[in-house]
Amino acid sequence: MRNLTWRAGAVAAVLVTALAACGGDPATTEGTTSGGGGNTIKVGLLHSLSGTMAISEVTVRDAELLAIEEINKAGGVLGKQLEPVVEDGASDWPTFAEKADKLISQDKVATVFGGWTSASRKAMLPVFEKRKALLWYPVQYEGLESSPYIFYTGATTNQQIIPGLDYLKEQGKTKLFLVGSDYVFPRTANKIIKAYAAANGMEILGEEYTPLGHTEYGTLTNKVVQAKPDAVFNTLNGDSNVAFFKQLKGAGVTAESMPVLSVSVAEEEVTGIGVDNIVGHPVAWNYYQTTDTPANTKFVEAFKAKYGANKVTSDPMEAGYNAVYLWAEAVKKAGSTDVEAVKKAAGGIALERPEGLVTIDGETQHMYKTARIGIIQPDGLIKEVWNSGEPIKPDPYLKTYPWAGGLAS
Amino acid sequence: MTAVLEKKPVQVAPKEPRRWKGAALFAAVAVVALVVMPLVLEPFRLGLLAKYLCYAIVALGIGLAWGQGGMLTLGQGVFFGLGGYAMGMYLKLNDAGGDLPDFMVWSGVEQLPALWAPFRNPVLALAMVVLVPLVVAALLGTLVFRQRVRGAYFAILTQALAAAMVILLVGQQGLTGGTNGLTNFFDFFGNDISAESTQRGLYLTVAIVLGVLYLAAWQLVRSRFGRLLLAVRDGEDRVRFLGYNPATVKTITFTISAVMAGIAGALFVPVVGIISPALLGVVPSLELVVAVAVGGRFALAGAVLGAVVMGYAKTYFSEELPDAWLYLQGALFILVMTLAPKGIVGVAGALRDRFRKEAAA
Repeated sequence: MRNLTWRAGAVAAVLVTALAACGGDPATTEGTTSGGGGNTIKVGLLHSLSGTMAISEVTVRDAELLAIEEINKAGGVLGKQLEPVVEDGASDWPTFAEKADKLISQDKVATVFGGWTSASRKAMLPVFEKRKALLWYPVQYEGLESSPYIFYTGATTNQQIIPGLDYLKEQGKTKLFLVGSDYVFPRTANKIIKAYAAANGMEILGEEYTPLGHTEYGTLTNKVVQAKPDAVFNTLNGDSNVAFFKQLKGAGVTAESMPVLSVSVAEEEVTGIGVDNIVGHPVAWNYYQTTDTPANTKFVEAFKAKYGANKVTSDPMEAGYNAVYLWAEAVKKAGSTDVEAVKKAAGGIALERPEGLVTIDGETQHMYKTARIGIIQPDGLIKEVWNSGEPIKPDPYLKTYPWAGGLAS
Repeated sequence: MTAVLEKKPVQVAPKEPRRWKGAALFAAVAVVALVVMPLVLEPFRLGLLAKYLCYAIVALGIGLAWGQGGMLTLGQGVFFGLGGYAMGMYLKLNDAGGDLPDFMVWSGVEQLPALWAPFRNPVLALAMVVLVPLVVAALLGTLVFRQRVRGAYFAILTQALAAAMVILLVGQQGLTGGTNGLTNFFDFFGNDISAESTQRGLYLTVAIVLGVLYLAAWQLVRSRFGRLLLAVRDGEDRVRFLGYNPATVKTITFTISAVMAGIAGALFVPVVGIISPALLGVVPSLELVVAVAVGGRFALAGAVLGAVVMGYAKTYFSEELPDAWLYLQGALFILVMTLAPKGIVGVAGALRDRFRKEAAA
């Protein structure tokens, strides 16, 4: 009988702990307005810390925390320290929406930095628009979006995919094979690639999709090899790249015979794929760890000092790192953390960042960014071989490209 | 050590003299849910509670199929999804007016697919919420139970169904929104979907629907059909020898649980604002079965309680410890299962019996 009481007590204790969440924490919900009040400004960081996307998103969160720490050391914003509130999106889109709402309505954060997959952004978008709160989204994406409550610090299609295609065309690669994961970014990217190809006399020999997390690429590799394309345009995401590049190497494909241009493989992923399997292949981004700017030397040093000498920095991390600085700059200019004031002040802000000069385009809330094509080196880093010369004006709906007429209608 | 709890045979139908006690408890819970909670909780927390109650409706169905009927269904997400997508499709078309829904535009779809056409009509869409899971489950149940597929085979089959459903939805981006699912809704039957009043109304609707379905399920379990269902669970062959057809009993119960999941899915969409393949795959389906186990699968109240408790636990742990909450959630499950294999309700029942015995002594 004592046994039973003890067990019942244990279960009850667990339940009470769980149910304590019921009322929320009044201390964090009262008093502060718009992240102001007190001596700190609360900002939300919302990335997947568990699930399939954690491996990528944790690095972005780390970069954002570094930026917050640096800004605080330099005196904070408007004389106040930034206080990060971290939540886990759990690689699950509805969770992203729930946690975004929590950060806005419970924690009253001044802004949120977060997301990686397009699906997570699409799930958060209605929350930010309805609550009239700000989201800074740090990853390159498929374009065709311009929410008034989102700032996009990664590349849109005309800053990554189109320069990638320009590069392939310059190299005389006119027959392409498209390989991608089955979700909105690869599908939309490939729609744009096909329109570009039609207008530029290029030929698309095949278009294949595999589910996210797919790792069996024997059949697909055969299809690619048999089609004999000049190059492959790769929009696979995550682990799938490991299997895909291994199979390709096994099938005798080399970077010289058939380069595979990837748009979702950065320094972080190269390590996972294995340098041997991917060395010599091109990638398209706006930033590499090797990008030669004074700001980047500082960023790489600070990141390694905080998180370990073996850590690499990549494009999405840099875009997350930038987002915090760009927001802080807009707050300083506006003199307040008020969302509408910050939005108004943000347009035209130009900062020297690790990737070079970044300017906020007030109209689309995207950034002017320099496109860079790089080749993966035997040491796992990426060497730039081509860049657009100057920051490209963001054009999420590809309005300035006549061949893209039917895409955004 | 578990002998204390397991010696006692499982009791499902409450004894007649205690009937008023059950009614009083139900009334008390109803007052808390309908009056106290909306007054006490902030809108954000009330929204979360509405979400847990949606899960509780699915759990109620699982409690019926698994706890009472012995059918371990690991694929309730399928029916949840069918109901959810039916509602989502209507809301999407309603918001788009005469145009195409936003995701079709960026997926390159130029004409509204025929599959979507019936969902323009709200009445038809609401009917689909019930009818589609009903038909799918009835067909599946008829096929499977007549072939005497049961136990682990049935569980695996339902799980495979959930996995297949996700692949199907993700692959048809132009038709279903792919991985993104359907989101960004504005209007809910003439109300601004994100307005506080709409959300409060939705919470009350979910709570009332749960209450009504609970009473219906309770009545079903107490009826002759319920006794038959228990008999099928505990000795299917004996029931067959007595001249009943266990396949019919199981199909009907499985269909009822599927319809409950469908209704829950339809309510979930306006409450949470999204329906996506991630919500109806293997993992969320399993999470609900786990919740039912934690609450206590042999009592319908256990299933409901389990879903709410596990929902709160997930939110609480993930807010307090974003880096480690998954471990805590797992630990909670292991703790409850090892200390109280019959779940929270089982512990409550054992305690009650003990006090009664002491009072009698």
